[in-house]
Parts: sequence; structure tokens; C-alpha cells
Amino acid sequence: MLGEGIIKGMAETARNFLGSYVSDERLTTVQYPEERLPMPENARQFPFLVFDGNDPMAGLRCVGCQICEKECPPKCIYIVKSKDKRLDYKRQMQLYPATFDIDLSVCMSCQICVEVCPFEAIKMDTEFELSTTDRFGGLMVNKQQLAKPNEHYRKIHPTDAAVSDAALAVEVAKAQAKAKADAEAKAKAAVIATPVVTQPVAAT
Amino acid sequence: MTDSLDQIFVTLKHWLLAQLAIVVPGSLLPVASVLLSLVPILVVFPTLFALTTVLERKGLGRIQNRYGPNRVGPFGFLQFAADGIKALIKEDLVPRAADKVVHFLAPVALVVPALLVYAVLPIGRNMAAIDLDAGLLFFFAVGAASELAVFMAGWSSRNKYALLGAMRAVAQMVSYEIPLILSTVTVVMMAGTLSPVKIVEAQGTYGGWLPDWFVFTPWGFAGFILFLIAANAEANRSPFDMPEGESEIIAGYFIEYSGFKFALFFLAEYLSLFAVCGLGITLFLGGWHAPLAGLEFVPSWFWFFAKLLALIVLFIWTRGTLPRLRVDQLMNFAWKFMLPLALINLLTAAVWHYMPSGLPRWIVCTFMVVGPYLLLGRGLLAGKNISKRVYRYAD
Repeated sequence: MLGEGIIKGMAETARNFLGSYVSDERLTTVQYPEERLPMPENARQFPFLVFDGNDPMAGLRCVGCQICEKECPPKCIYIVKSKDKRLDYKRQMQLYPATFDIDLSVCMSCQICVEVCPFEAIKMDTEFELSTTDRFGGLMVNKQQLAKPNEHYRKIHPTDAAVSDAALAVEVAKAQAKAKADAEAKAKAAVIATPVVTQPVAAT
Repeated sequence: MTDSLDQIFVTLKHWLLAQLAIVVPGSLLPVASVLLSLVPILVVFPTLFALTTVLERKGLGRIQNRYGPNRVGPFGFLQFAADGIKALIKEDLVPRAADKVVHFLAPVALVVPALLVYAVLPIGRNMAAIDLDAGLLFFFAVGAASELAVFMAGWSSRNKYALLGAMRAVAQMVSYEIPLILSTVTVVMMAGTLSPVKIVEAQGTYGGWLPDWFVFTPWGFAGFILFLIAANAEANRSPFDMPEGESEIIAGYFIEYSGFKFALFFLAEYLSLFAVCGLGITLFLGGWHAPLAGLEFVPSWFWFFAKLLALIVLFIWTRGTLPRLRVDQLMNFAWKFMLPLALINLLTAAVWHYMPSGLPRWIVCTFMVVGPYLLLGRGLLAGKNISKRVYRYAD
């Protein structure tokens, strides 16, 4: 019959109207600033630089290799290498970034910088409320603002952080074993070169 | 006590006039009287518009299972103030190619007739601004001026979407004017007058458990439904809002308007909706009369606004339910369905008038309303394959 569908539709909308007052399931709106949904673990927004220890600038894992700068599709990373070297987390002499800027307005959150970093030095943060009142300086994020401790990474991405920590532990162990082997080889060479010394230098 | 509350605004006006008579020369008193009648209309109905926008957005939100505005003021009810301020401080753009004078005049020309028609609506007992003998005629004559304003807006914008929207609007409003007026002619036939005040008085008695409103007769009910549909189309509201049609022609005739001119279009749309609702109440729903004899102690103006709000809720409800029609569907509906039914309804009203009152009259007239409806509905649906749409790739 003509008009039947209209009655049915009106009943449906009336059910929606009244149902939204009694049933929370119908009203799925999350009123954002006051209410928040928990973030999924794989959420990612903007990169940050991981540091170990207490001093953010001294503990940066980044060695200024510029791979991320070259790989970044929108070219939002700007790195200047340091002139001097310092000890990195593997106790090896390495360069470090004198300048490390990321342009927040250009970054597209693709995570390629994280994928290509061989040093587990750059990771994605979940912080998304990044608006600023200064559209020039405020959107250029420098090294100091980017540096965040490894504990922060463990907190926001526990699974990825465990993998990363394990890989780093392997690296460090390998580096130490190599250092030990080097030291032993050096000592042996020293023994051969100077037979006068009867007792070999104890390796650490 | 109840009488004084009922007539409080009338008494207030007379008292103010008496006070003014002391300071104002006698020749100016008629002007003062007119002003005292107009100012409440100019205050009350735009305020109602402001509240309705909030109510509508909240109601539509709930229909779509969301909150709607709830930030500004208590429960978001001050949203209209924020919107008004926004409209006032926005840049008022006029396209370079536009006909500047007409472009400026169109929103004004739309609001003025929308406000003028309130002059003849009886809002309460003794509360019509003017008691015109040809009030109904005045209402439709002035109301039809809005078509000109809509076309002015569409033409002067120099925009193809605006022109398309205006052409659709004019076609639609002219088409639906006919069933709108034909559905009210029945009331004029039965009441024997064109004066809205007298039409309301004709519905003032109570017979049995129902008041003698025209909507409670077969021809009145059919007329009321036809009137509501035509009024919806006249007000360019969903599901008859192709002149605006956001998804096809962006916003139709007011696409090139911004700032407060844009707000004026909305004001005019809602004002004409209220006016046409008020006319529906006057003609079919007993005007300011109480629905039950025992409820007559409640002031008459309260009943008018209660009925007005109920009709507005009905309009919001249909807007939240029905999707927009196509232009051809709209025209088919007006000319092939509503016009015949409105004409048959005239005949029904005549039969009702000349048959002696009693059950046979009810049976014959009900048959005359329901029969053509069913037959016409079946005839129009015949040969059309109306079923659930099947999507080849989306499912």
C-alpha cells in the first residue's frame, strides 16, 4: 500500500530517537576531549629519538648516519653530523647528530625512518595532540624536543620495544665479544712481537 | 483569573496604548497600535526559529544515534547565539559577476513576506494582528511572493547551480501551491468564510469526546494530510529539498550567499514553515482552542504554540526519516497524486455538507477518501518494480 514505507521509516527513526536516550550501545559517540578511547598498540603519529641513561643529549642512540634523512619520502628530516666523536652505547667511538630537526607539518607518519634505522634510534610516538600556536618555529621539532627515554618506548609499544631491546642486547654482546677477541688478538700479537714478556696481558 | 491570563497580552497592549495616549498625539495612535501588534510577532517568531534550529539539530542527532550540539550553554541550547555571532562576523561575499542590487534584495524580499503572513494568523483569542475578511487570500498571495525572492537569489548570483536550484524551487513551489490551496478550499467551503479568525471560531464547539476540529472529519483529515505534504514542499524542506540539494547542486539558490544573508535565508525558510504550520493549525486543528472542553482554563495562546511545536516536531521527524526525492518523482507526486486527491476531496466536502449528519455520512465520506487513495496509489505503483536495490559489487 502506498505510504506504508513512510510509516515504517517513521517508526524506525522514532525507535532510534528514543533508544538513544536509554541505550548506551546506540550512542557510540566518544566526547573526545573529556572521554578518550584507549589507543591501539600499533598507533603511530610522529617519530621520536630514543636515548639511554639519564642525560638525553649524551644518551642518544642516533649516530647521525643520515639514512633516515635520505629515505624520508617527504624529506622532513634535517641532520647535521658532528665534527667530533663520542662513545656510543656499544662503547665504540661514533659520530652523533649535531642538529636533528623534523618538520612536523611535512611528516606523513609513514614510519620509513624507523624501518631503515640500523641503530634502533628513531621510533614512532603515539602522541597526537601536536597543535601549536606558532606555525613556523612551533612545527620544527628539534633534537631536544625529539629525545625521549627508552622507558617511554617500552610504555607505548611494549611488544616492539621487547624486540628492539633484544636486538640491541645481541648487538652489544657481539660488540663486546669482538672487543674481547680484538684485545686477545692484540695481546697475542704483543706476545709474539715481544718474547721477553713472559706473562700475557689478562684480557678484561 | 483564567480569563485575565488568557487575555494578558491584549490587556497589556490596551494599557500601553492608554499610557501612550498621554504623550503621543491622537493622530499617531493607530500607528502605535500597529507597532504594538507587530513587535511581539517580530520578537517571538525569530526567537522560536533560534530555538527550533537547536531542537532540530538535537532531534536529528538523536534520530541518527548521536548527541547533536551540546557544548554551548546548558545542553547546547545557546548554540543559536554562537551561530548568530558567527554569521554576523563572517565576511559578506558578493560575486564579481553578480547583479549586486538584486543579490542584496533577494534575502530581504524573502524574509518580508515570511513575516507579513503572520499578520492574519490568530495566535490566541482576540490575538490576530489584523482580522482581515480575506485573510486566507492575503496569506497565500503574500506567501507566493517568496517564489520571486528565491528566483531573484538564484538569478542574481550568476551561478549555474544557483540558477538550477532557483528553477527547481520555482517549479516545485508553483506545483505544490495548487494542492496546498485546494486542500484549504474545503475548509473555506465548510466554514463559509475566508477570515482565519472566523474559521477558528467555527471549530470552537465540543461534540462528544472529540472537539469539532475539521481534522476529525474524513475530508478534513485528507485535507490536513495533503496540506502538510504541500506545506512541506512549499517550505523547501526535506524530503522536498531539491532546490537546496546539497549533494547535487551544493546549496541551490543560496550558494553564493555568506554571512548574515545566508542566515536570513534560513530565517525566512523557518519563518515560512512556522507560518504555514500556524495556518494548518488555524484551518484544521482548531486554532487556539483547547483539545478538550475541560482544558479551556489554559490560555488560548498556549494551545496555539503547543500545537505549533507539535507540528514542528512532526516536520523534523519527517526530515530525519525520508530521503530526498528526484525532480521527476516530485512533479509526478504533485500533479498525478496530490492534485486529483485534492479535487476529489472538494467533492467529499460537498457530500459531507449536503448529507444529513449521522453514521451514513461518515461511511460515505470515509469511502470517498480512502477509495481514491488506494486506487490512485495502486495505479501509480502499477508497472513499477519497487524492491530492495541489489548492489553487484558493494555487498
